[in-house]
Amino acid sequence: MILVRGGRLIDSTGERTGDVLINDNLISAVAVGIDAPEARTIDASGCVVSPGFVDLHVHLRQPGNEEAETIETGARGAALGGFTAVVAMPNTTPAVDCAAMVREINELAQGVPCDVIPSAAITVGRAGLALTPMAELVRLGVGIFTDDGNGVQDERIMRSALEYASSLTHINHGRRVVVAQHCEVESLSRGGYMHDGEWSSRLGIGGQPSEAEELMVMRDIALARLTGARVHFQHVSTAGSVAMIRAARQAGLAVTAEATTHHFTLDHSCCASFDPLYKVHPPLRTSDDISAIKAGLGDHTIDAIATDHAPHTAHDKQATFAEASPGMLGLETAFALTNSEAGLPLERTLALMSWQPAAIAGIDDTHGGPIEVGRPANLVVIDPDAPWTVQGSAMASRSVNTPYESRRVRGRIRHTILHGEPVVVDAEAIR
Amino acid sequence: MSDLQRDEINHLMDLTDRFAEVGRRPIPKVPALRGKTIAWLFYEDSTRTRISFETAAKRLSADTVNFSIGSSSVKKGESLRDTTETIAAMGVDGIVVRHYASGAPHQVVNWVGGVSVVNAGDGLHQHPTQALLDLYTARQHLGDLDGVHIAIIGDIRHSRVARSNIEGFVTMGARVTIVGPRTLLPVEVDTLPVEVSHNVDAVLGDIDICYMLRLQIERHHDVVIPTLREFHNEYGLTERRADQLHDQALIMHPGPVNRGVELASAVLERPNVVITEQVNNGVAVRMAVLFALLGNPVTEAVA
Repeated sequence: MILVRGGRLIDSTGERTGDVLINDNLISAVAVGIDAPEARTIDASGCVVSPGFVDLHVHLRQPGNEEAETIETGARGAALGGFTAVVAMPNTTPAVDCAAMVREINELAQGVPCDVIPSAAITVGRAGLALTPMAELVRLGVGIFTDDGNGVQDERIMRSALEYASSLTHINHGRRVVVAQHCEVESLSRGGYMHDGEWSSRLGIGGQPSEAEELMVMRDIALARLTGARVHFQHVSTAGSVAMIRAARQAGLAVTAEATTHHFTLDHSCCASFDPLYKVHPPLRTSDDISAIKAGLGDHTIDAIATDHAPHTAHDKQATFAEASPGMLGLETAFALTNSEAGLPLERTLALMSWQPAAIAGIDDTHGGPIEVGRPANLVVIDPDAPWTVQGSAMASRSVNTPYESRRVRGRIRHTILHGEPVVVDAEAIR
Repeated sequence: MSDLQRDEINHLMDLTDRFAEVGRRPIPKVPALRGKTIAWLFYEDSTRTRISFETAAKRLSADTVNFSIGSSSVKKGESLRDTTETIAAMGVDGIVVRHYASGAPHQVVNWVGGVSVVNAGDGLHQHPTQALLDLYTARQHLGDLDGVHIAIIGDIRHSRVARSNIEGFVTMGARVTIVGPRTLLPVEVDTLPVEVSHNVDAVLGDIDICYMLRLQIERHHDVVIPTLREFHNEYGLTERRADQLHDQALIMHPGPVNRGVELASAVLERPNVVITEQVNNGVAVRMAVLFALLGNPVTEAVA
């Protein structure tokens, strides 16, 4: 038994003060002043207790690039970041595009300190040509399909994927299967390594225009209208994308969207040092885009904050800007950065990091649910005011490619409880 | 180039004057860098820049070593970082880097400790010694460049020479107009400290320097201009256009010229064409840069 004592409880139903008693893996009591002398006590006074965070977008690199990250180290970083579930992207080597690969991920994820939910590719080998066996994969528990790293370029195949996925609800326990898109029209982004604009012009680095993303957002909104399918937009990075998604939602389409922490905390001027730590796809954009994303987070246009946690080895990042691998770490800094810099009320940040992404991932039975009796005990205890300094070498990741090194942030994850068991205690991973 | 202030450029120009004088001696060699070792690290083919630097180093009595990319560990997959650390570990005093990727020399600086690094051209980013030799050549003919009007014409977007020259000439107080179709101009061009024109005929009568850029016809011209003929007709310096220039206006080009593309062959015979002088001055300018970096306590200067 575990007693989480004295915290402010915030969940999708609101806020109150109280203790939370956990018995086995379930919440067994929620009340003020619970007396349970036999329980192990976790002190949450001065802290916020929230349903654990859910990240819709992480790269755990296993199998294929275990030098950069493994499912175990990635899950540990996730737990330290307050996440109790993460959705693993399928762009491993080989790609997660068949039943055997989903089983492999599930097996590797046994016993790690964060639930790892495999997503699967839309097309075989993420090559954009032929659909994966979606029905078989849904039967194995996959609820999100994406070719992340690339967008599906061919409209006919994307239409087909949406139509087929929208026929699988009966297999997916009555939930609609989500097709998630990395929006990038490659014929327009090709040869671009950063945002196409003032800084790419000055630095002589090829640019990816915002329109390379926006054209695919526009197209997929049209295809969502055509097919009635459930579309999720990954790592939205431009003001134009936010505006189109806002309009599509107002028109009643079943589209959702995520934004990454780095797309509302860093802009393209960071690339002026030529440091490939700032190379990421989609690229860091302008201050206007940052403002639009923050507005979208605030007005319910964007449903989730994701990390796009993308570990890379030092040698993959110590190449020239054009040749270095794109992506940056995010799991251990996401909450603190959002809390410090997004300008959102805390309950909005928690919604964007916990119950809203849990609903998109279709795991809201176990994650992100209200803190009430009978619910699975997946919780995080946060000290929202605690200042700390980001340090890549102190992270659990096998890689150190954080663009926030030495940044002062506010908001510390104190404890993370996964299925009733503490996995992070006093900001230290214990599993 | 943006790191260099006006007085620093003037200092390099004055230094160049002294080394140009060395170049005119019967035995054009001084012991200024005797005992210093300079390594060439060229990740991109280069004939003229390479030979110009090599000549400059030899006139300063420096020892030079060549890291030949084609037959080296790079072909075996060695990273830029490992390669540069290896060369630095051999105790060289300076590394001259030419790289196909923008920013590579800036990264090299972080990996070589106190070794001086010279940017001999990086991707589409900068080619600072080219800008310095262009400034020097212009100064020789026009004196103080404050208020001088230069038009840079052609493929600005894909030109490191243009990026360096825009910064260099603006720093020296010149007025810069860039001319080309939108496909050859940088994006968000209004953020640059230049005037912009798509009409070459409208600017020729008003300029002191007509700087024609090399069109990179070996890459991507099929996407950005319809045909070489159309480019020549619309933006090339034809004889008719050369006639519109003031008599004293200089015609410059970083070389090598695509005859019949940027300039009509006949224009190259005109007396105000200073392309050969640019090449000649390149040696003295590079002597000045190498001496400024290696002849004094170690400093860094890339772009």
